[in-house]
Amino acid sequence: MTATFLEELETTIPVRADNEPEWLVALRRNAWDRFNKAGLPTTRNEDWRFTSVAPITQATFARASVLAKRTITPELIDGLRLPGTTELVFVNGYLVPALSDIKGAGLTVTSLAQTLRRQGTDLPRMLGQIAGFSQNGFTALNTALFTEGTVIRVRSGQRAPKPLHLVYISLPGAQPTVSYPRVLVVAEQSSEVTVIETYSGPPEEQYFTNAVTEISVGDNAAVEHIRIQRESERAFHVATVEARQGRDSRFRSFSLAMGGALARANIYSIMDGSGSDCSMNGLYLLHGTQHVDHQTRIEHAQPNCTSREIYKGVLDGTSHGVFNGKVFVRAVAQKTDGKQTNNNLLLSDGAKVDTKPQLEIFADDVKCTHGATVGRLDDLAVFYLESRGIRKSLARKLLTNGFAAEVLGTIPHEEIRQRLERLVFHRLDFPVA
Amino acid sequence: MLEIKDLRASAGDKEILRGINLTVNAGEVHAVMGPNGSGKSTLAQVLAGHPGYQVTGGSVLYEGQDLLDMEPEVRAQNGVFLAFQYPVEIPGVTNGYFLRSAYNEIRKARGEEELDPLDFADRMDEKLKLVEWDQDVLRRFVNHGFSGGEKKRNEILQLAVLEPKLAILDETDSGLDIDALRIVAGGVNRLRRPENATIVVTHYQRLLNYIVPDFVHVLSQGRIVKSGGKELALELEARGYEWLEEAAA
Repeated sequence: MTATFLEELETTIPVRADNEPEWLVALRRNAWDRFNKAGLPTTRNEDWRFTSVAPITQATFARASVLAKRTITPELIDGLRLPGTTELVFVNGYLVPALSDIKGAGLTVTSLAQTLRRQGTDLPRMLGQIAGFSQNGFTALNTALFTEGTVIRVRSGQRAPKPLHLVYISLPGAQPTVSYPRVLVVAEQSSEVTVIETYSGPPEEQYFTNAVTEISVGDNAAVEHIRIQRESERAFHVATVEARQGRDSRFRSFSLAMGGALARANIYSIMDGSGSDCSMNGLYLLHGTQHVDHQTRIEHAQPNCTSREIYKGVLDGTSHGVFNGKVFVRAVAQKTDGKQTNNNLLLSDGAKVDTKPQLEIFADDVKCTHGATVGRLDDLAVFYLESRGIRKSLARKLLTNGFAAEVLGTIPHEEIRQRLERLVFHRLDFPVA
Repeated sequence: MLEIKDLRASAGDKEILRGINLTVNAGEVHAVMGPNGSGKSTLAQVLAGHPGYQVTGGSVLYEGQDLLDMEPEVRAQNGVFLAFQYPVEIPGVTNGYFLRSAYNEIRKARGEEELDPLDFADRMDEKLKLVEWDQDVLRRFVNHGFSGGEKKRNEILQLAVLEPKLAILDETDSGLDIDALRIVAGGVNRLRRPENATIVVTHYQRLLNYIVPDFVHVLSQGRIVKSGGKELALELEARGYEWLEEAAA
């Protein structure tokens, strides 16, 4: 009998990469211990109440430890590329230099191993520290087992002229595989960068992506992060994006989720310096039997910070969407200005949403609001369009599309926004003129 | 063009139209007036096919065909247009895309070729002038964040683009300041053709100074209680509706 993912892990010993410094070896060991003690979360854990990861723990995956012999076909990669970006392509977590080109990116991108050899005195303060693993078994597992990490650094005062696009493609072999993408973004003081991460794999194939992205946003720096989750609809995907923001910094996150049989994204930011700004927006488009869960957390740890959050969901079939967003305001974080919204559109009787917006406020001089809606298309709006000669089926698509397009409008890069709009329109079967 | 016979309609259990009879010929402008709750907006919405009302009796012939049997979009494709009293906001859909979709859907239904975005933009120029607007309004989301006056103007812009045979204006004047009223009424007047007809539903006589009706009908409790020429509107302005309601009761 083949061992399941969890049984397999029990017999795995984290591989100590050659030449890894003591602090990293210790970090991995801690992460592994944490994982062994607590394991993966169950629905008894409040943070995972609506999402059971049993399908992942009971499946069987081979470590994607070597580059699959399968070649990447143009169909797999071409549709993932984004205009106006510099791109790095990873297969099963390993960089493929032949498909990557970051000339003119205005930043340094190195593998973790290279970084450790050349510089990296500030790494122990960041790697594994921004995305803590004490509360998250998946992050612990990634920290213990990730192989090739990527470090993106934008020097103080520099502005990366083009967005950097990391494309992760899973190519399972004879059996399903698991990969552990790991990224650290260091935006030094007063720098600016956009990082986009795309996750994908061949349609109909099963695999598991367990990704962690840590982002250090320096004082007065600005980081834009966009994640595009287009995994196969049989794949499992768990990812954590966690940012730590310095004084007067700006962090904008967008999460587009369309793929996966079972997917969970944790997107967290802590504003650890005053005068900072955080925006977290997202869109999930689900159909069939997909289950997609977003958990966001915005922590106001210092005064005079602003946060804005809009997540929208469009659900069809018997899909299940989960949104759990927390805005946490510490006692010192006076003059906090926070706003959080989650709107869901159900296109079928079988689709379901669990939404749980939460405010936890310990300061007394703050302005915070939140709200959530779950609804269907507005009959009056459908009639309005029909009364202009538009067929009911097209009217419904137009309204659905408008609902989705509104949140995509928050993406500032026009070329990327347009590409994502086309992707979304296509998914919603909307005629694009 | 339009022949309404003993039309009855309800919203839920409540009967609102209780036997409307009205004939409208090409080239005519009919004003339908009446106090709040008399059923005049319901009449407008039933003619457009609003799903919130059930027709419980009577018939409506439009160009010899059974109007009530047509889906709302088919009515529009055949030239019926309702300017809404409360236009709906559609965030995420631009006005330009919406107008072009509607225009092309109607062309397609008539077996005509669709216009591409460039040709459509050319066509929009003159239509925008009619309501004294520029291209910017095409990039805004449909009615989203529009003032009351802008929403009504947008209804007239749609009227101009879709060129219906039968235009029904439902309280298009309510909430408009005098400048907006002038623009809206001016647009309607310039779109009038001998082969088209207009039904103006209004509570106030003011609009009828700008859009001069051939006939005025007064609705009370779901029935037309009096019909006359444009002078009837002036009489209503002077005397109010009570004397007609008393007469009808």
